[in-house]
Amino acid sequence: MARHPILPPRQDYAMVTAEVADVAHNPVIRRRWWLAMAAAVPLVVAFLASTGLLFWLGTGVWGINIPVNWGLAIINTVWWVGIGHAGTLISSLLLLMGEGWRNSLNRFAEAMTLFAATMAGLFPILHLGRPELFYWNFPIPSTFGVWPQFRSPLAWDFFSFVSYVLVSLAFWYVGMIPDLATLRDRSTGAAKAVYGALALGWRGSAVHWARWRQAYLGIAAAAFHLVISVHSGVAMLFAGGPIPGWHTTIFPPYFVLGAVFSGFAVVIMLAIGLRTAFRLAPLITMRHLDILGRLLLATGLLTLYAYLADAFHAWYSGDSYEIRTLLDRVGGEYAWSAWTAVTLNFGAIQLLWWRRPRRSQAVLFLAGLSVAAGMWFERYMLVVSGLYRDYLPSAWHTYDATLWEWLLFAGTGGVFVVLFLLFARWLPMVSIFEVKEELERRG
Amino acid sequence: MPATGEAMNGTVSRRAVLKGLAAAGLAGCGDEASRLSIPYADQPEGITPGVPAWYATAMEFQGYAQPVLAESHMGRPTKLEGNPDSPWARGATDAFTQAACAILYDPQRSLAIRPGDWAGFTRVVMGVPAGGLRILTGTVTSPTLARQLAALTEAGARWHVHEPVGRETMMRASRLAFGRVVDTHLLLESCRVVVVVDDDLLGPGPDQVRRVRGWAEARRHGQPRLMVAEPTLSTTGAVAQDRLAVAGRRLPLLVEAIAAELGLGARRPGLTEAEKDWASAAALALGVNPGRGVLTVGAPLPAESLALAHAVNQAVGNTGRTVVHTEPVAVVPRDGEDSFRALVEDMAAGSVEAVLILDGNPVYTAPADLDFRSALVRVPLKIHAGLFDDETAALCDWHVPLAHALEEWTDLRAPDGTATIVQPLIDPVFGARRRHEILAAVMGESGAEARRIVMDTWRPFLGEPFEPLWRRVLHEGVVPGTEAQVARVTASARRLASPIADADGLELVFRPDPTVWDGRYAPIAWLQELPKPLTKLTWDAVAAIAPMLAARLGIADGDVVEIAAAGRTITAPAWSLPGQAGDTVTLFLGYGRQRVALPGAGGYDAYRLRLADSPWVLGGAGLRRTGAHVELATTQPHRHLHGHEELLSPQPEPAEPPSLYPDWDYPRFAWGMVIDLDLCVGCNACVVACQAENNIPVVGKSEVARGREMHWLRVDVYHDDDGATHFAPIPCMHCEKAPCEMGCPVNATVHGPDGLNQMIYNRCIGTRTCSSYCPYKVRRFNFFDYAAIQPDTHRYLRNPDVTVRANGVMEKCTYCVQRIRRAQIEARAEERPVADGSFTTACAQACPSRAIVFGDLNDPRSRVAALRGDPRHFAMLAHLGTRPRTTYLARIRES
Repeated sequence: MARHPILPPRQDYAMVTAEVADVAHNPVIRRRWWLAMAAAVPLVVAFLASTGLLFWLGTGVWGINIPVNWGLAIINTVWWVGIGHAGTLISSLLLLMGEGWRNSLNRFAEAMTLFAATMAGLFPILHLGRPELFYWNFPIPSTFGVWPQFRSPLAWDFFSFVSYVLVSLAFWYVGMIPDLATLRDRSTGAAKAVYGALALGWRGSAVHWARWRQAYLGIAAAAFHLVISVHSGVAMLFAGGPIPGWHTTIFPPYFVLGAVFSGFAVVIMLAIGLRTAFRLAPLITMRHLDILGRLLLATGLLTLYAYLADAFHAWYSGDSYEIRTLLDRVGGEYAWSAWTAVTLNFGAIQLLWWRRPRRSQAVLFLAGLSVAAGMWFERYMLVVSGLYRDYLPSAWHTYDATLWEWLLFAGTGGVFVVLFLLFARWLPMVSIFEVKEELERRG
Repeated sequence: MPATGEAMNGTVSRRAVLKGLAAAGLAGCGDEASRLSIPYADQPEGITPGVPAWYATAMEFQGYAQPVLAESHMGRPTKLEGNPDSPWARGATDAFTQAACAILYDPQRSLAIRPGDWAGFTRVVMGVPAGGLRILTGTVTSPTLARQLAALTEAGARWHVHEPVGRETMMRASRLAFGRVVDTHLLLESCRVVVVVDDDLLGPGPDQVRRVRGWAEARRHGQPRLMVAEPTLSTTGAVAQDRLAVAGRRLPLLVEAIAAELGLGARRPGLTEAEKDWASAAALALGVNPGRGVLTVGAPLPAESLALAHAVNQAVGNTGRTVVHTEPVAVVPRDGEDSFRALVEDMAAGSVEAVLILDGNPVYTAPADLDFRSALVRVPLKIHAGLFDDETAALCDWHVPLAHALEEWTDLRAPDGTATIVQPLIDPVFGARRRHEILAAVMGESGAEARRIVMDTWRPFLGEPFEPLWRRVLHEGVVPGTEAQVARVTASARRLASPIADADGLELVFRPDPTVWDGRYAPIAWLQELPKPLTKLTWDAVAAIAPMLAARLGIADGDVVEIAAAGRTITAPAWSLPGQAGDTVTLFLGYGRQRVALPGAGGYDAYRLRLADSPWVLGGAGLRRTGAHVELATTQPHRHLHGHEELLSPQPEPAEPPSLYPDWDYPRFAWGMVIDLDLCVGCNACVVACQAENNIPVVGKSEVARGREMHWLRVDVYHDDDGATHFAPIPCMHCEKAPCEMGCPVNATVHGPDGLNQMIYNRCIGTRTCSSYCPYKVRRFNFFDYAAIQPDTHRYLRNPDVTVRANGVMEKCTYCVQRIRRAQIEARAEERPVADGSFTTACAQACPSRAIVFGDLNDPRSRVAALRGDPRHFAMLAHLGTRPRTTYLARIRES
């Protein structure tokens, strides 16, 4: 099958290796790295401060109340885990389908998945009234003799989150082993020892490659299922309760589509950021960006369909509470969140119908940013407008996030960036051997 | 109940217990401790650790008894229940009585006599010549207090009465109609029609419990019609079928129109069509129900209108049947209605040598035009005895901390006259003094013991043999044969024309606050955080205005307005209240305290606009916006049904969706609750009872404003499109198919073997999924360590049978599971079944209208099971398939 030239014509194996492995040694790139780090570290401080206060005083430092007893924390966890989804999807689904163009993107997309899922996993623990007891969710035969409550979507959420983080970690790490061996071979001293240990004695023999391939595809198959199950689980956390605006069967696919949509948006932003800052343009090409732009448009349209279907069914149900929640969403106290979500999610991506904007880094980056923000507002709309007015008017109450919630959110952004920068500095951001594979395939 | 002797020894025993406990704690701390300590080997008689002792006594409200049974744990009073043996209380209480234990342990109570000690005080008061002494009290029903006051008066002292929410108008009307002071009792239970002109019969007050019970009985047995004309929405107006909002100055015309239709005098012109229609309908209803109706007129109207109502009731034949006059229960002072004014005038004239203010705060509560403060400072010796070192205490030379009713030996009479001997459950906690001992000291008997003084009062009445009879009345909590004697009086036929105020400007309407009353409960956090029945506001008083007026002046809820009347101004946050007459502003007494106020309490001092001559209505007022705005904390920001009338009524098709989960099996008990919305008057007694029973913390105004109040039981108030008001108490529904149980990931809320939706605090990790899933939003969450921010002294207030909840834990109504288990254990120990009605939840027990019925649904003969068969029975949000255990009987609406 004739393939489009996705990588520039004058690439060879040595260049690929150098482009990825020598990032750390380039003085210009190092300065940029430190600048990014300097920007992110204050946010990490904000993260530590807001978490510390939360542990010291309790969840009351947030703006949550009865009835809106889930606020920014749950919004953020849904948002972060949604972002994580694109990484796994790119890595596993496209690997299984043999789409070679993924090879320039999968490594950093997987890193993004891992770090985003970690941030997502932090929030449900931080939001607990007694966070030190989060492990009671584990199905372990504890001394209490009490198991988790298996009817609860939250119990399954916990299981799927933990599996997701572990499988993502395994996938990322296993996928990196051949490249870690490359780094081992190019480094000296302590770094050589560390990379050597991480490379698990990889020598590139045919047997190694065969075993590796089995393992990698096996994990990919498992990871792909998790893309569906994790966000379906998150969706069930809402759909499980008899709350107007939540209690609907469309939620699992609705959430998965939205998650992948936001994930692609962040992948686009990271891809553009990496290729600009770390001079990876020869590996992450305009052609890659073009494909990502199309995917963003496609998943965006699917998400739009989910919105419309959700609204239609709320109306079609004839249930007065469902209809009132629908009207609250488009015209109530928090209508701004719904309309911001719709505008940001589906406005900018309409440009991506055309080839020129798809090949413009600036347009693509802004479209990605727009969608990433829009999907956050969508989660705000779903969580808050579901809870602030449910059935009895006597129980209605509004919610406003406090400074500490915003700081915590910004703080997790900082932690994410710091983790990503550390990854960019010490580990191969682009899969060296898979890009070479792609070069080889092209001949 | 224990024998009465133990009640007397209760305080002594408590000391022994504490000593013993302290010793137990010290054992093993060294030789000295083990040598000097007393082992807790001999259990004091009458005290079983873990089993509360109960004492019959009474709390005081405006001088009247509120008879109770008080629960004591190891010498600590923790909870009060209405005394079922009292013909007045019949086991019920109001919200204030439920808060009495919190007052006992209030951290702001004054701690010490000042400026000297008790001996110094007795020396000073004994030096006062009786002729120059004035004594100021609130309403007095206590026979012992009356006896002491009589003795002092005989010696030359003078006694005056000041009650901010007083009965002066009623006394004046009684003199006008009957020539002397009598009490008027309404037998609402026998009524087919109740016509009310600005009289909050069912609202808070010393007689609320009996009136609400009477009203509920009437509603149960027939469908009495309640017609109310009033300027501002009251509890009574809220449950009326036919309510007319009219400014106070027009109400006398309405009373005269009713009287005229019934053949008493002529009506005056000037009524609107709506007013004419209302008056004709009221007169017709009274006329066709002779002896089965009541016309009652409230204190805000002139005494002439009240007297005219007496004449109407007599003319229609109600007197003696639904309206009964008795000899007054409260002692009438020498100067009658002008008692307080006489004192102030004498003080201002400098003719008072010494004044003893016994349990009152007149510097704060006196009408502004009397200028009590300036008069008081002219008195050479000023003595104040009270629970708090308040505004009056600050101006006095001496302040004596006064004993709380739970520390007191005295006697009180309920509004029907039945007397209760008030016996202490605990020694005065903060070194307080008992009132009879203070008066005895004034009389020169400084060593007298309150118990002896009270016994001396009753010795002639009870007769011989005194000791067993005394023990018996202490045990029962009621002295038989003390009910007020019926007074054979005839209303004078003399025509009574009421003065009509001129109609310029806005009319100010003064009302006692529904939760802090005249300000006496302002230091009590429980009552500050108790949502006001009609606004659900906490920690604040507002100036209520009509929604139309608010719209016309562009005033939003919480906008600060300046109100001017009679040359004085105050500023107050405005609030638009449905049902408010258009040209009136309601001001609530009780806020704006200068001393012993709680941080966070807002409001304003309405007394600064109050005049002695017209304490309830003041015309010619002006109102303007100041541009300022304050945040008000209401527990229910939305008080309109928004078209969801189906929430409060049975639906034609309660289509219950099927459930995936199998039905539960209840082999033994299936506890359930039915709440009759037709009987609920929103009085809040259940809410405070629940708070006292279940150790519910106070969270403060800012937390309430954020929607974090902790009350397990709330009473929703709704206005519908027809202008009607609805109350709906909402406890946990204990659903059969509980969404919360399905949502919790760690099994912290589970279905109990008897259908209780149980909350396992120590398993809860605080995901709050249960609350997100709860369609009724009855769950409450500890967003902070609320238990830790309660006053230290409130530790003694806690019910030892109920867990104090930790930070980060969900909580909610348990159906008072501790009471259920106690009843089950006792029944098992005694090898008998748990009898229906042998115990109930705290809310049901306090409810004066008995609107809440709790029991075993498995028992086909239980009341709760029977009520479930009522055609009015419905489950809230039945279409969700939650199958709630708490269900409702719909309100009956006459069309």
